[in-house]
Amino acid sequence: MTDTNLGVAAPETLRAAVWAQFRKHRGAVFGLVVLGLLILFSILGPLVWAPEKLTVVEALKSKNLGPGMSHPMGTDQLGRDQMQRMMAAGKVSLAVGFVAMIIAVFLGTLIGVLAGYFKRLDGPLMRLTDMFLALPLIPLLLVMVMLFRDKLSRQLGPEMGAFLLIVFAIGVTSWMHAARIVRGEVLALKEREYVLASRSIGATPRRVILRHILPNVVSPVMVAATLGVAEAIITESVLSFLGLGFPPDFPTWGRLLYEGLEYMQMYPERVIFPGLAISLTVLSVNYIGDGLRDALDPRIRGR
Amino acid sequence: MLTFTLRRLLLAIPTLLLISLVIFLLVDLAPGSPASEIPLTVPPEVRAKILEALGVNEPVHVRYLLWLKQFFWVEPLNGFDAIFGTNYAEGMQRIISYQSRSPVFPLIGERLPQTLTVIGTAYLVGVLIALPIGIYSAYKQYSLFDQFGTMFAMIGFSVPTFFTGTLFIIIFAVGLGWFPTKYDTTLTVTDWESFLKQLRQMAMPVMVLGLANAAAISRYMRSSMLENMGQDYVRTARAKGLDERTVILKHVLRNSLIPVVTVIALGIPSIFGGAIITENLFGVNGIGSALIQAIRGNDLPMVQTLAFIFAILIVMFNLIADLLYGMLDPRIRYD
Repeated sequence: MTDTNLGVAAPETLRAAVWAQFRKHRGAVFGLVVLGLLILFSILGPLVWAPEKLTVVEALKSKNLGPGMSHPMGTDQLGRDQMQRMMAAGKVSLAVGFVAMIIAVFLGTLIGVLAGYFKRLDGPLMRLTDMFLALPLIPLLLVMVMLFRDKLSRQLGPEMGAFLLIVFAIGVTSWMHAARIVRGEVLALKEREYVLASRSIGATPRRVILRHILPNVVSPVMVAATLGVAEAIITESVLSFLGLGFPPDFPTWGRLLYEGLEYMQMYPERVIFPGLAISLTVLSVNYIGDGLRDALDPRIRGR
Repeated sequence: MLTFTLRRLLLAIPTLLLISLVIFLLVDLAPGSPASEIPLTVPPEVRAKILEALGVNEPVHVRYLLWLKQFFWVEPLNGFDAIFGTNYAEGMQRIISYQSRSPVFPLIGERLPQTLTVIGTAYLVGVLIALPIGIYSAYKQYSLFDQFGTMFAMIGFSVPTFFTGTLFIIIFAVGLGWFPTKYDTTLTVTDWESFLKQLRQMAMPVMVLGLANAAAISRYMRSSMLENMGQDYVRTARAKGLDERTVILKHVLRNSLIPVVTVIALGIPSIFGGAIITENLFGVNGIGSALIQAIRGNDLPMVQTLAFIFAILIVMFNLIADLLYGMLDPRIRYD
């Protein structure tokens, strides 16, 4: 995209302009910092914070402790350190969010580009999108997880099976918005002169799409992708919250919250910490999405 | 308009058929079949009889068509019979729940009122909170109120309902003791006292769902108002000396409500999905918790029926939103 201002002395690169606009959005900067901290907490945390494995007797003694010096977030009913579990859970929750988003954005972009560029595919693909939009997603996801979880865990191991199933299920049911946005953009881009020029010198559709269309739909896709992460994390925690997500020894934040519900009256911190983690992640991702939308919109940028 | 409505209605039929097929196949082809529920000690000929009685021996397409017939023909006929005391549907096989061995539809009918009272009130509360906030935020853009309003909307939009719900329980039920933690389904409103009790137990689920809806709707209201405030006709209205109240509430608000009304209509089916969580958390005995129970109990007919009812709701409200948009906005003509 920077090729367009060849010849004119460009005062700044596009990236710098976008960053400058992004930085002006206070919420977005807050989001970036908080999300960064949460990612650091989940990935680097276990390297710093690794309580020794307890023997059975020690574990019995140290169960159900409140937050304190030795256990900053307390321990659970089996004497496991809550903070260590929060770190492990964070890794899974964030991974689910990002991987599901990548699947959804890939599918959405593929279907959007095909529908926008090839007129013959437009009708059927958009009907398909409409149909997916009309599916009752939470019930269907619940059904999918219930019906396929055991079979997949037998084949791929309980952790990998559950992870793949949930990520795939969420990805396959949340590509529709990206597809609609991309299709709209492609329909407009297709009629632009440079695309016509490229086609007139005999470029194959494949080349036109990869070289001229895709780079120009990146910004709306990026915004959709950010919001997709938030959506995927919420969906996963809803499944876990209803007890139909990951197996108990493979925690996510939603799963920890679900387990904490039983002890909510005595130890509210067990619900509050995972809930806060989910909420902060989603909030910061949403703010980043807002900031990105403003930063990538040339009508707002530079004002 | 009429032709458009008819065309959309006709288009909804294949969509619904396709969705019903997807739901049916997903549930039907899944590994957890009813045959696996029968204990191994049951002799094979009895097992075959049981499977036959459940109607799972036929090939897939026969069962799908039978299910469709039951859903669209037998069950409505039964409903007709129940209302008018006729017996047209006598002897026809109904959709039977595996769990309770009784027809699915009366079970759902029993639970629907609970869901509708809680969710309906919640949505109403949400809209009533959202509209004034959105309007005032847009009118005083970048004011302190607007800053708080948008932040509140963003937080309400991001914090999942299961977390606000648990927080509410911890604060208002456990800590302060104002409201009961669990919803008492058997409570019937007979006098003033039981009415107050009903209000108290509805307060938390309604507030949780209402706040989440309010957050989303107020964002739309605000941006729609902002879009209209910059229009020329607003300047004209001010220039001819109308007071601010008339300009905002008559000219701007009316035009800004057009997209918001469609958003409100589009949001209705999705709150049924959200209700699944709230109903489970507060123990409201509605269709959301019926779905979870059916899923836990491997009750395939119940799951299929409920999922399809959710799908019908979504398609119906999408259609209503489209039609409303066309009716309210004179710039849009479908013919």
